[in-house]
Amino acid sequence: MAGKPKLHYFNGRGRMESIRWLLASAGVEFEEKFIDTPEDLDKLKNDGHLMFLQVPMVEIDGMKMVQTRAILNYIATKYNLYGKDIKERALIDMYTEGMADLNDMILMLPMCPPDQKEAKIAQIKEKTTNRYLPVFEKVLKSHGQDYLVGNRLSRADIQLVELLYYVEEVDPSLMANFPLLKALKTRVSNLPTVKKFLQPGSQRKPPISEESLEKAKKIFRIQ
Amino acid sequence: MTTKPKLCYFRGRGRMESIRWLLAAAGVEFEEEFIETREQYEKLQKEGLLLFGQVPMVEIDGMVLTQTRAILSYLAAKYDSYGKDLKETVRINMYADGTLDLMMMIALAAFKPPEEKEENLTLIVKKAKTRYFPVFEKILNDRGEDFLVGNKFSWADIQLLEVILMVEELDASVLADFPLLKAFEARISNIPTIRKFLQPGSPRKLEAAPR
Repeated sequence: MAGKPKLHYFNGRGRMESIRWLLASAGVEFEEKFIDTPEDLDKLKNDGHLMFLQVPMVEIDGMKMVQTRAILNYIATKYNLYGKDIKERALIDMYTEGMADLNDMILMLPMCPPDQKEAKIAQIKEKTTNRYLPVFEKVLKSHGQDYLVGNRLSRADIQLVELLYYVEEVDPSLMANFPLLKALKTRVSNLPTVKKFLQPGSQRKPPISEESLEKAKKIFRIQ
Repeated sequence: MTTKPKLCYFRGRGRMESIRWLLAAAGVEFEEEFIETREQYEKLQKEGLLLFGQVPMVEIDGMVLTQTRAILSYLAAKYDSYGKDLKETVRINMYADGTLDLMMMIALAAFKPPEEKEENLTLIVKKAKTRYFPVFEKILNDRGEDFLVGNKFSWADIQLLEVILMVEELDASVLADFPLLKAFEARISNIPTIRKFLQPGSPRKLEAAPR
């Protein structure tokens, strides 16, 4: 019998958070083993558990899976959140790759030197409002359905709603002119599994604190 | 009657090269529209063909696809190069993503200032030799098969050959300690569609994409 998936990462959002969202939304219980020190990471590497010496790593179905996208693709397929055929999957992939680009900008913001931060935030806001959110609003408008692809919930909806929460954290007013996105966010947030994940005490991680950031930099040996 | 896929990008490798490789390996002829001016790029953006205002863009099967990985995954599945089940697919994804990370480092190196470039390229070769190539050498060793996954030619093999050749351009001796990769390189290069793609005059690009 397969045990619960086990997530290996530091105790923070980073690149693992999308994986947590997807598992949680699919109603899959998972365990987490936090990397707290550089020695913890070294041990994982030296024991040969990290294919390219990097995390995220997820132990699932007898495999030690690495590479965020590979992991997300696997989970989405396994739990039927990846469309019904390769054309739907192509649409889902296009949307989620765009989301990942914006997500990465927001994710990397804490690493930005203080004198560049304001400019970076301005860039994120600009891209959010002009490049990314209009695309998804337009998709929803074009077919008038409840979900982005194939008239049913897919990873694209879950990853978009995750992203919208981060966009709101950057600046709540960014969502102002996107009524269909707001409705999607509410709709997906009300799904029982997602609602549970959004509650305090779940495995969802908060924005990174100064202290956590310093700790993460030590673990990953970043200046 | 199917029309040929049409690729839209700059005249150079960049993010489109892996897509060219995959189509060529599958024996699929394709057309290319090269973006040569700023105006041309802006026109494409205004026409609304580029979902997020970016290229690569590929017109195929009645769809206008953007986002490199979305395109690659679609092609891999369409041309039966994506494994026979989910476990094979995830392995192919892991391996392909690893090679794409290394290729992105090489592509970005082209834009580094001259004084940083050499140091950067040395670091890339080192990463190839210590982080990436040992993984693939081990897979070939452990499985004793001709291909990386499922004893069958897949997208992962194409990606691996592509990145091996790119790193060899930086350091011709990089495979000195990797005998199985050396054999792999020869074997995959000899697949007829790939041999054709490796010949002069093919759509294969030899330069980085212009900025």
